[in-house]
Amino acid sequence: MGPALTWYLAISAFLFAIGALGVMLRRSPLIVLLSLEIMLNGANLALITFSRHHGELDGQIFALAVMAVAAAEVVVGLGLIVAVHRRRLDLDVDKLSTLRG
Amino acid sequence: MGNFVVWMVWVVAAFACLGSGAAVVSFSNPYYSALALIGNLGSLAVLYLLLSAEFVAAAQVLVYAGAVMVMFLFVIAYLGRHADAPWAGGPSWQALGAVAAAGSLMVEIVVVIGLKASGRLSDAPDISAGFGSPYEVGKLFLTDHLLAFEITSIVLLAAAVGGVVLGSHARGEEEAA
Repeated sequence: MGPALTWYLAISAFLFAIGALGVMLRRSPLIVLLSLEIMLNGANLALITFSRHHGELDGQIFALAVMAVAAAEVVVGLGLIVAVHRRRLDLDVDKLSTLRG
Repeated sequence: MGNFVVWMVWVVAAFACLGSGAAVVSFSNPYYSALALIGNLGSLAVLYLLLSAEFVAAAQVLVYAGAVMVMFLFVIAYLGRHADAPWAGGPSWQALGAVAAAGSLMVEIVVVIGLKASGRLSDAPDISAGFGSPYEVGKLFLTDHLLAFEITSIVLLAAAVGGVVLGSHARGEEEAA
């Protein structure tokens, strides 16, 4: 018998919080995307922990769906970053404010 | 003895996970951040294995640490020194607010989980040997969760089309460049 499931949930909470910190604090869109991946993985760890807790596989199915959505999000996000770079704009999320209301 | 080994593996994977997570957020060079994220995903895969989610762990290493991170590294290499993102001296109230918001998020998660399921979380039920195997996961995907499976294919198709559209030269972009 390994560590209690509560410890896995503590790790997932920490990962989610540190990812949120990166998303809010960093201004490079690349690092914002990387921090977003950490948040998604924190959620995935919680899903798999609860799947183990209930003895049902549905949480793991949800985690796999999250993985697919994360891959799609990375494709679009990196495409946007490359498009921004091609237009010779600064890679800084604070300066990309044309759509601000 | 087996108990001790499980604990040791858990402690190493957990600290690698937390340390590399903090490293991703704090490195100023995105290349090192991406490498730290690969370490983070690998140690998470070890935790998934400890939770008897074998197929998800394998998919994590193949899809995330393999495919997605290679794409990240390609884009970072393509951007070259434009990708460098030192810690900018933004307004400090913004940084303080971000730290406060992230801290309150973590406290909120811990409190909600603690209130909801604190007593019952310590004991995990006994599971069959096939729990988390590709056979069981695939059977669920093709029976109970068929709609999620099909929607995933549409999402991936939309992302592929979007990637091609964003990556190709749009009309009028050459003049702007």
